[in-house]
Amino acid sequence: MDFYSFLIQLLNSVQYGLLLFLVASGLTLIFGIMGIINLAHGSFYMIGAYMAFSLSTLSGSLLVAIVLGVVLSMALGVFLEWALFSRLYKRDHLEQVLLTYGLILVFEELRSLIVGNDVHGVNVPAIFNWSIPLTETLSYPVYRLFMSGVCIVLAVLLWLLIAKTRLGMMIRAGASNREMVASLGLNINLVYRLVFALGVALAAFAGMIAAPVSSVYPGMGTSVLIICFVVVVIGGIGSVWGALVAALLIGLADTFGKVLIPQAAGVTVYLLMAAILLWRPEGLFRRGI
Amino acid sequence: MTRRRIALAVAVLLLALFPLTGSAFYTELVTKVMILAIFALSLDLLVGYTGLVSFGHAAYYGVGAYVLGLMAPKYEAANLWLTLPVAIAVAGIAALAVGAFVVRVKGIYFIMVTLAFAQMFYFVFHDTAFGRGSDGISMNFKPTAAIGAFVPFDLANATHVYYFVFVLLALVFVFLRLLLRSTFGRALQGIRSNEHRMRSLGFPVYLYKLASFGIAGALAGLAGYLYALQFGFVNPELLSWHQSGNVLLMLILGGQGSLIGAVVGAFAFVAMEEIYSAVTTHWQLLLGATIIALVIFLPGGLASVAQRFQRKLIGGPPNE
Repeated sequence: MDFYSFLIQLLNSVQYGLLLFLVASGLTLIFGIMGIINLAHGSFYMIGAYMAFSLSTLSGSLLVAIVLGVVLSMALGVFLEWALFSRLYKRDHLEQVLLTYGLILVFEELRSLIVGNDVHGVNVPAIFNWSIPLTETLSYPVYRLFMSGVCIVLAVLLWLLIAKTRLGMMIRAGASNREMVASLGLNINLVYRLVFALGVALAAFAGMIAAPVSSVYPGMGTSVLIICFVVVVIGGIGSVWGALVAALLIGLADTFGKVLIPQAAGVTVYLLMAAILLWRPEGLFRRGI
Repeated sequence: MTRRRIALAVAVLLLALFPLTGSAFYTELVTKVMILAIFALSLDLLVGYTGLVSFGHAAYYGVGAYVLGLMAPKYEAANLWLTLPVAIAVAGIAALAVGAFVVRVKGIYFIMVTLAFAQMFYFVFHDTAFGRGSDGISMNFKPTAAIGAFVPFDLANATHVYYFVFVLLALVFVFLRLLLRSTFGRALQGIRSNEHRMRSLGFPVYLYKLASFGIAGALAGLAGYLYALQFGFVNPELLSWHQSGNVLLMLILGGQGSLIGAVVGAFAFVAMEEIYSAVTTHWQLLLGATIIALVIFLPGGLASVAQRFQRKLIGGPPNE
């Protein structure tokens, strides 16, 4: 493999990894802070992508669609937390798994009813619709670089939010000891609602920016969810750093696995997970935001 | 207690006499339910009694089914007595292989990794040549129960299949009941209660959990084999996480931690599926909404409804 082909695959790995990180960070935040395992997280990714499709068709611009979509998904997150997830805090894992599994079924059928089961494409916004030439025959699409850039910016913002702001402090405190925070007079319910809405928005946003690249299809929520689980298992639950490292590892393993060993394409990620489980059953990084 | 025993005996009798109603459709439907009941019982050992919530149990169900699919020769019938033990063994070994990795992990991780490994199995059957791909495998002939020249029953006959499955369900039920009363079974329940205490008492917890995982996998493989036997067709969707989710749902429908609950849950699930799919093609929406409602309002499953009803009628002690 020559240098430029390698570079292209490397850039692809990083882009895929960063996108996975975006989705997985929402999942691990919700679990790390609220203690809820949310199987429907992949559905939010799917909802984001379908929103990007319908809103950009209506408004003519993907960027407008993304802004609208983020607002809508935060509203959805607030509603879901109020209606359903707030009842899950004291429940055991089996019940959380089942309720969120039921939610997946509901979301999939609603999508089928509202938008149908077709596969759709979304156009890359004109500003990004060009490629950087690398050699005479190879070039790299700028949109993918934009995606990676956006993910990095969001990752930094997320870190700033959690580590450096007052809200972040409340979130971290609430993760340690919910009752104490509540008895100190802080509105922990509101904090949880915001965190959940943030998690939903992250997943939906990832779906929206990924739509031009991966197209919009019914099974996308499920496939991203399973890989997210692998990210969280490898990275360690509740650790956003772990999710980043694990997502990048998976991006590398998956992309180079597909290129170098096409027969084992889908299994590379699971083999990586099995190997890491042998070495570190709790994940690479322990709990810690 | 005696009231329960009578109810159980009546239920068994009804099941035994059911094919006499003559309806071919319902005989096959109840056979399907009994197969799912075996599947649910296998998971109940793991979830209800060992406390390990697996979201990937369909993998071993599918493996059992695919063993028959792959072993069945194209132009003659496979032999039941050869293929059935192989299916159970292969499913059990697959479960032990996965369990070796997965049982070291606890709580939420366990749910996630079992799901991930099941997806890996799904991928192998869906996307590789080994599993014959997403079209699945059709079998031209039902397996034969022949031992030499003697043919005890005919598996092409729906009523014979019904009774064969019925006997196996009874055997699995009795086996699990005895297993759970043994020291091994008690240890599993102790692990579910408090793993650290069991470890400090000297039990090799990892091995016990692994054994439970393996047995559950083997029994799931039995159920999968029976599915393939009944329908003559296997496809990768048998290993999908929808299947894993559905069997977990059966447990919560019936109430966990009780063997009868697993069987009741299987019946309730299929009843729900049949009723909902008759109402609309988007029946999964109704299923999802029911699951959500169930978790929020009835975490003890249908068994808790029965308990509350009993309390109202008889005013007995609050907990049995």
